[in-house]
Amino acid sequence: MRFAPGSRVRARVLDPDHHTRLPGYVRGQLGEIVEAEGVCPLPDDCARGIVPPRVETVYAVRFPAAALWGTGTHTVTVDLWESYLEEAG
Amino acid sequence: MGPHHEDVPVAARVRRLEERVIAAGLATDEELDAVLTRLYTSASPVNGARMVARAWTDPGYRDRLLADGNAAAAELGFGDAVSGYRLKAVANEPGRHNMIVCTLCSCYPVSLLGPSPSWYKSLAYRSRAVREPRAVLAEFGLELPEATEIAVWDASAESRYLVLPGRPAGTAGLPDDDLAALVTLAGLIGTAAV
Repeated sequence: MRFAPGSRVRARVLDPDHHTRLPGYVRGQLGEIVEAEGVCPLPDDCARGIVPPRVETVYAVRFPAAALWGTGTHTVTVDLWESYLEEAG
Repeated sequence: MGPHHEDVPVAARVRRLEERVIAAGLATDEELDAVLTRLYTSASPVNGARMVARAWTDPGYRDRLLADGNAAAAELGFGDAVSGYRLKAVANEPGRHNMIVCTLCSCYPVSLLGPSPSWYKSLAYRSRAVREPRAVLAEFGLELPEATEIAVWDASAESRYLVLPGRPAGTAGLPDDDLAALVTLAGLIGTAAV
């Protein structure tokens, strides 16, 4: 587990040719780790038939609406595999 | 495919997909039928409502539900029903409202909520729930005070979310069965108060 609850992370800016479950609307955005949810196979690998797939920690990451959309007071929490994330400086 | 949908165009597409899955050796026709039978006979929002009612009347159960949804489901006999995913319950509180969405497809705890409503799978709900949830809730008839925070949960991985609504006023003393009858599917998704 690389990221502790409360730590600031950035969703990577990725646009792979293959399947991924990194939603486009959070790419490049700053968020905060809510909790680690356990480990799961990486769907990017599973969808490409890579055996064995990478198995990574999945995190609940909370993003403020104002950062995602420039407006709004709500939050959106998205479940993201570890390799979708990088430390925010 | 379930019964009564043979004439819908999507039924032909689903049947072709089933044939490909079977031809590829990923599952047998019998296995697919068994999954659907289980879905139609046991997956129901009555299950989620029972968990909510218990959480309303038993603070210890509420704490356990919020800490470990799968264990709390198992306490009420739904352990097998949630064995395929991590169940995460999120609690509405005064000043805080939760709603769930799956922007990438239509993930949701089917075994506890039953088959999802068609609008839950619509592009409109999936795109607008994360962008303007307050407006979406208002269209569902739920007008929240401006001061109420809205937390949207996008089930983009292997967790499945269930909203624990707040207990309605005036329900003191009601038995669990009567309380469970107050809980709606929309309440479990977060598009209604209860």
